[in-house]
Amino acid sequence: MKAARQLTARCAQSGRARLTRAARQYAGLSIVGAMMLACLPVLMAASESPSTPAISPPASAAPPDDGQWTMPAKNYASTRYSELAEINAGNVKNLQVAFTFSTGVNKGQEAAPLVVGSTMYIVTPFPNIVYALDLSKPGAPIKWKYEPNPEPAAQGVACCDVVNRGAAFADGRIFFNTLDGHTIALDANSGQPIWNIHIGNINVGETLTMAPLVVKGKVLVGNSGGEMGVRGWVKALDAGDGHVVWTAFSTGPDKEVLIGPDFKPHYDMDKGKDLGVTTWPPEAWKIGGGNMWGWISYDPDLNLIFHGTGNPGPWNPDLRPGDNKWTSGIFARDPDTGAAKWFYQWTPHDLHDYDGINEQILLDMNWQGKPRKVLVRPERNGYLYVLDRTTGEVLSAKPYGPVNSSKGVDLKTGRLMANPDKKTGTGKVVRDICPTASGLKDWQPSAFSPKTGLLYIPHNNLCMDEQGVEVNYIAGTPYVGMNVRMIPGPGGNRGALTAWDIAAEKPAWSLKENFPVWSGAVVTAGDIVFYGTMEGWFKAVSAKTGELLWQFKTSSGIIGQPVTYRGPDGHQYVAILSGVGGWAGAIVSGDLDPRDATAALGFVNAMKDLKNATTAGGTLYVFRLP
Amino acid sequence: MRLGFATLLSVTLALAACQREERDTRPQSSLGSGGQPTPVTTLEPGGQRPSPSNNKAASFEANAFHLSEGKRLFGWFNCSGCHANGGGGMGPALMDQKWIYGSSMESIHATIRDGRPNGMPSFRNKIPDDQIWELAAFVRSLSGNAPSSAAPQRNDDMMPHPSENRMPDAATLGKSP
Ligand code: HEC
Repeated sequence: MKAARQLTARCAQSGRARLTRAARQYAGLSIVGAMMLACLPVLMAASESPSTPAISPPASAAPPDDGQWTMPAKNYASTRYSELAEINAGNVKNLQVAFTFSTGVNKGQEAAPLVVGSTMYIVTPFPNIVYALDLSKPGAPIKWKYEPNPEPAAQGVACCDVVNRGAAFADGRIFFNTLDGHTIALDANSGQPIWNIHIGNINVGETLTMAPLVVKGKVLVGNSGGEMGVRGWVKALDAGDGHVVWTAFSTGPDKEVLIGPDFKPHYDMDKGKDLGVTTWPPEAWKIGGGNMWGWISYDPDLNLIFHGTGNPGPWNPDLRPGDNKWTSGIFARDPDTGAAKWFYQWTPHDLHDYDGINEQILLDMNWQGKPRKVLVRPERNGYLYVLDRTTGEVLSAKPYGPVNSSKGVDLKTGRLMANPDKKTGTGKVVRDICPTASGLKDWQPSAFSPKTGLLYIPHNNLCMDEQGVEVNYIAGTPYVGMNVRMIPGPGGNRGALTAWDIAAEKPAWSLKENFPVWSGAVVTAGDIVFYGTMEGWFKAVSAKTGELLWQFKTSSGIIGQPVTYRGPDGHQYVAILSGVGGWAGAIVSGDLDPRDATAALGFVNAMKDLKNATTAGGTLYVFRLP
Repeated sequence: MRLGFATLLSVTLALAACQREERDTRPQSSLGSGGQPTPVTTLEPGGQRPSPSNNKAASFEANAFHLSEGKRLFGWFNCSGCHANGGGGMGPALMDQKWIYGSSMESIHATIRDGRPNGMPSFRNKIPDDQIWELAAFVRSLSGNAPSSAAPQRNDDMMPHPSENRMPDAATLGKSP
């Protein structure tokens, strides 16, 4: 066994050379014996000369793998790539359950389990219980449990199920958010609270659902509430005592957005004074959204954090003529002060709820012969963006699925070219808009492997009809003004896992799934991609070919983030939370009525049969080789 | 006998029609009708079931004007933001046969006025009392619990489901007759 593992490791190293198509096809054939599988394609590839330039995350943002999983995105570059290779294409079919654990909460489980040393940490959806499981003991018993007892009323103002996307570990502490607006630091050893700060007000519709990111002693947190007319912000809290170090709003005057002399956006459309006020009707920016409930990446070399901003509110665009800065875009900021360095707006004057908060993967690569520091973003509006992360310049923006709401991105001006035929407004029903409000991809994070150069994108394939309706702003109630009804996209498959070749700007392969792929993905040096489906299948596919190598049916639909780690026994484990919900699964977790096409902001119409495919749940599954 | 029945029928119909078209264009704005709080459970020690009754309930429920006003207010006060057009979202579905806090006009009135702990806001001081009754009546029509002669018949917006006057009684859905 040991010898085989060493061999695998050696093979994997020489396998860094990119595989030819022939080799990839070969790897897809059924294989006799684990050793052969581990080496054969690699040896074949080694005889070819490497053709494509390497793409890899900056070392400072993706240090060598220590076998732990301390933040949902794995590292600051957000690669969700593990160097562990004990589980590989040859043996993955033998994976078996090591242990399971019921979270006791039957709502959408979107969190990534964390592993630090010999402890695993899980945070549940509302009521946001944190469990520490002792991995050094058989069956991983509970080490401690912390119940923050959030306000039950918070459940009513959480737009799309009462999810939580995970915790973060740093300096012996676990940091996490509660739905009712608290950020809490716990002692990772004892579970004792160290500080607890209240930063979100549910009475204006503000909740916290994102996973914090800890950068240079600061806990970065943003608010949710884009469907409630909540003004978006990101705050940096001191990791020591929780006090607010800086707050950067997504709308309003420059000084509140932390736009100062250092701000140098690449495109003219983002230049000017107080655009967060002047690109809105009077006062509308105060209830204009731009919430930051997604992912943050960090480049230590540039000393920049990167975060998106959510959709403008309300959804009905007639109520907010203008570009609605700084919503549906991305900021680069100095983590020490929050000062903005650049901004780019994916979707100016958003018409379809295209939040801009997805993950950004930080990579270094040659772009048209020149080494560039890039940021890769599979965006909700349907484009796979490659940006120069030092300037915010768009190098590439190619659709990674069906898009008709826009006609591409003008690389000169940086502007998305909205399709006038799909423009929504009050009283008008616009049909067959692709992608939907939930985007070609929503929050569900993708994974990047430096071995294949491919980005593994879990995503949706849905279209929708929309009709703008009048809406009143009443604080603490929804501020949407849109009737939405979603339908399956072209081909009928409502989801896909697409492997995107970043250098070639096109997909390498794509797997169709019946339901939206609302789970995250993880990829390993064993060349396996793990992801889950809303029926409850947890799948392992070949990172090279997409071939299905193993699957396991869990108790409920999967919308969580898989992780992989080295256990205290030195072996590789894979963990996933199963438990359907989230916006896509609200029909089940919230027991919604499929006879109303507009239920759950129109998502229910596309998910009518989900109640027949799965039921609510909340169980951790951990797998290992026998 | 036959004649008697026919007369009775026509009188009843005429009366119903009268009630259907009655309009109270100046809703009472004083707050907090029903001094007694509405019980939120049907469980009562001593074997007695609570019998909340308020004669307002009946008069609002069978009245087309109140029901259509209720429908308008359901959008106006952003109920639809949380409950969609009855199928639910941030809040539970209102068109199904499942009720957490009771299906009676009185319970629904109390729900809207006082809120409920798991995220239903209290609209006390926001919505005049008569309009709360109108909302309650409309909520019941979503699950087929209003007379079809009075329930709203069409939508001005995208039709998310059959109109309220054609909604089946949710309690009998999926059950053989
Ligand atoms: C901010 C979101 C929100 C808004 C706005 C809202 N509701 Fe609710 N509503 C909820 C939630 C959440 C619940 C469930 C409360 C609980 O379980 O304690 C609920 C419960 C209810 C119930 C009880 C359902 C049952 O099964 O017993 C009714 C009836 C209701 N709402 C009607 C309305 C009406 C009418 C309006 C507009 C005046 C409205 N709601 C506005 C979130 C909302």
